[in-house]
Amino acid sequence: MGLRLALETALARSAGTLSRALGRGGGTTLPGKLLWKVDPDAVDALAERLRSGVVVVSATNGKTTTTAMAAEILGRGRALAWNRAGANLLSGIASALVASPGADLGMFEVDEGALPEALARTRPRTVVLGNLFRDQLDRYGELELVAERWRAAIAALPDTTTLVVNADDPVVADLADGREGALRFGLDDPRHARPALQHAADSKYCLRCGAPYEFRAAYVGHLGDYRCPACGHARPALDVAATEIELRGLDAARFRLSTPYGDTTLEVGLPGLYNVYNAVAAASAALAAGASLADVRAGLATFNAAFGRFERIRAGGKSVVLLLVKNPAGANEVVRTLETGVPPVLVVALNDEIADGRDVSWIWDVDFEPLLEHAGVVIASGGRAAELGLRLVYGGLPRERLEVVPDLEAALDRGLELLEAGSELVVLPTYTAMLALRRVLAERGLVRPYWEGEGVSPRGGAA
Amino acid sequence: MRIRVGHLYPEYLNIYADRGNIAVLARRAALRGHELDVRPIGLGAPLEPGAYDLLYVGGGQDREQALVAPDLASRAAELRAAHDQGVALLAVCGGYQLLGRGYRGRDGSLMPGAGILPHETVAGTVRMIGDVLLECELDPGRVTRLAGFENHAGRTLLDPGATPLGRVVHGFGNDGESGYEGCRLGSWLGTYLHGPLLPRNPSLADWLLARALAHASGGPPPELEPLDDELEERAFRVAVERARRRGGRR
Repeated sequence: MGLRLALETALARSAGTLSRALGRGGGTTLPGKLLWKVDPDAVDALAERLRSGVVVVSATNGKTTTTAMAAEILGRGRALAWNRAGANLLSGIASALVASPGADLGMFEVDEGALPEALARTRPRTVVLGNLFRDQLDRYGELELVAERWRAAIAALPDTTTLVVNADDPVVADLADGREGALRFGLDDPRHARPALQHAADSKYCLRCGAPYEFRAAYVGHLGDYRCPACGHARPALDVAATEIELRGLDAARFRLSTPYGDTTLEVGLPGLYNVYNAVAAASAALAAGASLADVRAGLATFNAAFGRFERIRAGGKSVVLLLVKNPAGANEVVRTLETGVPPVLVVALNDEIADGRDVSWIWDVDFEPLLEHAGVVIASGGRAAELGLRLVYGGLPRERLEVVPDLEAALDRGLELLEAGSELVVLPTYTAMLALRRVLAERGLVRPYWEGEGVSPRGGAA
Repeated sequence: MRIRVGHLYPEYLNIYADRGNIAVLARRAALRGHELDVRPIGLGAPLEPGAYDLLYVGGGQDREQALVAPDLASRAAELRAAHDQGVALLAVCGGYQLLGRGYRGRDGSLMPGAGILPHETVAGTVRMIGDVLLECELDPGRVTRLAGFENHAGRTLLDPGATPLGRVVHGFGNDGESGYEGCRLGSWLGTYLHGPLLPRNPSLADWLLARALAHASGGPPPELEPLDDELEERAFRVAVERARRRGGRR
């Protein structure tokens, strides 16, 4: 290591320790922010040192979970540089690199907007692209803008980089069009298709000619088996496919995975079709990066939910389930997993900080309706609680079953108070609301702060 | 009374939760004993000027907007006839832009619009994003405030003498410079404000409903009975506070 780089990384590392010692949050990005400021090229140099190279994962939805799953598979007996807490800008990658001096493989989830620069600097051997949904239009701009920037960045990748794309997303699949060695994954089980495209579906029109796609099956938002009746543009053949999918409520999903290397049955301890997508993406990524099917099976079997995405936390004789919501497509899937057993008490928390999106109009594109017909009491919370309350009332929730409690801790306590012993409080928070709620739960000793690593178990509370 | 609503291109223009605006109109009409009959008007579908009391055009992504622009421009005569008959209209963001003369790109080319609202939009270099607070006087002597969210790169320039929807208290507005937002022409309102706009601004929803009822009945706009808007007012107050604290400024 060059003297300058060694000095910089040492300084950056102590800044993270200092930040945690001062109780100023995880310090997960502070060291990286420092290094990124002092010498951005250090990211290139540090990434270069990873003997097994770098895997980069980006998507609107599921990148944290997909990356965590791939890390579980690829990290068996191998040191990873991994931005596990979801700090997914260049500074977060820098931090992960600084924090893992002996790492062999880089595992990075990357923000959609930061992808071009992350690719240029880390020169990954494997790039996994999951999906593009409308998300935080105030921050990212329109979907097409993100796609345009991805297109240019992907075109600049060398042939040695393996592209792993979701064939079920027309825009994402198109990025691998004509690219040799690309791995295309998707779902093939029309029993789980939606009867119709959801209201918030995005890429509904043919990329080639603009006519509406016909969907033989639409699984999540616009993800599915599409074909243009006018020009014939269609989903490419799947290299890796999930079939025979079985969803088990909030507990698990099981499916058959067919790959060029054979078939296997997998089970993940996470709910919903969207997590099947995450698992198939992670499996494809791991296979592309050299893992065996046995590695994939073993890794996914022991996988624990990525921080804050899905957590079950014991609180006295009751439990709290946190399910992150952040955009229409993701929230619709969360609603769908709850449909089979509508919870008696539900807390929905809407914040509007930068990380949540300041524009809250997206809540009107979420199909909350199936949940509201049967819900007992719904507590609207967060900075935009009243706005959310309005949305829910318009969605069919009787006003007398809505409580508006902007303060998150008060909403949590109210929810627990209304809940009968032995049952479960379901909480759907946006990102910063999730962080705040976890802070409350951590202060009460119910979960560990996220920077302490694997303190979170999806089913057993604080491990 | 039945209020006939024509929702233009709902499959294409729906980026800013436009269905929220429709839901508000439907509920507030129903609570007063009226029925909102909403019919989608797709690409190439007929638009008979007399068949509607209220028209709605939402916003879309660039790609979708470009797909509908020629269709909207080709309906200029029907749209003008509807306007002249007193049909009410709300157009948000992309719909607002496309009802003007058009959208001029950075290369100078014009994507023509319907040419009814007196304005032209030019591509800007900076996106104007943030919470907005407006002060409006939709009926003489009755000053109301509207709170919404804007996100647009286009700068809409009103023709001399054109009437804006309101004065910008916080935020960018039409072009970030004039201090005005939106455009009003008779019973037609165009604006960049979404959020969606109507849930937290029920007085505007009622103004539109009254105009639509006037068209439906052939009489003057009726005075609508007040509703319990406690939740709406709470949502409005938070939105006002956001605009005050972080509305866009040049």
